[in-house]
Amino acid sequence: MSRLVPYPLLSLSLLLMWLLLTRFSLGHLILGSGIALIAGKAMAALQPAQPQIRRWGSVFRLVGIVSLDIVRSNAAVALLILNGGRHGARRSDFLQIPLTLRSQPALALLAIILTATPGTAWLEHDAETGVLLIHVFDMVDEEEWIRLIRDRYEALLLEIFE
Amino acid sequence: MTHLETVPLWLALPIALFLVLGSTLTLLGTVGLVQLRSFYDRLHAPTLGTSWGAAGIILAAILLFSWMQGRPVLHELVIGAFVMITTPVTLMMLGRAALHRDRAEGRGGVPAAVPHPDPSEGPPDVGALSPEDLESTRPPKAPPMAIR
Repeated sequence: MSRLVPYPLLSLSLLLMWLLLTRFSLGHLILGSGIALIAGKAMAALQPAQPQIRRWGSVFRLVGIVSLDIVRSNAAVALLILNGGRHGARRSDFLQIPLTLRSQPALALLAIILTATPGTAWLEHDAETGVLLIHVFDMVDEEEWIRLIRDRYEALLLEIFE
Repeated sequence: MTHLETVPLWLALPIALFLVLGSTLTLLGTVGLVQLRSFYDRLHAPTLGTSWGAAGIILAAILLFSWMQGRPVLHELVIGAFVMITTPVTLMMLGRAALHRDRAEGRGGVPAAVPHPDPSEGPPDVGALSPEDLESTRPPKAPPMAIR
């Protein structure tokens, strides 16, 4: 099983994408499955580190939390642009956060989360020290942001990947 | 687009709502891009367009075309997924390029050079390093591809 389908999640999502992009039919199901399996094999030839998802419950919690945060931060940033940054009172700043997260797929996911929520921009991550440099659009309280990223996202990502 | 009049009111309302929401956020993102002062602030504005701006338009498109074609049309979700995955790449490249430039030119307001290895240990003592360590601190050799 694992030799035939080395990356079951990858193959499954490829098949799903194939079916989304074409009309669903038996022919496309077979063709899509074939392509997904070959792509999985090709991926195995590249031998990337295989991410292990340990807790599916946390995945769904993370998706829920992040979707909520994206909506909230969209509203916040849109409002700030509309009222000219609280009429000039808005302060943006850099923020350094020491992370314990080391797994590459988890860091990639964190980068996507921070980018998808307007108001935080991922700038730099030092793989040696694990220090992440982000830019915060509306810096009210540094501690608050550090807590948000560490306890809300990093803790869940650690649960999922490590 | 000849069957737009067949869309019932209860469906037209959410479609319009999502479309207006998505396009308004995208517009605000571009306004911010023009209006904001520093480069790093400007980085934030367009992410409005790539997050809920895109999501709103995608949701509206899914609802409208699913109704008009009489089957679930979901391939817009793939667009959304790819926008979400690829945005950080561009943003990170722009951000790091700006950081690099600002640090090289010594402008204020930018966090000083990344706290490398361990700030408490000071600059690495070259004499104390083994040959392997030295090798790892050197920039990687350019692959032959880069020369050609």
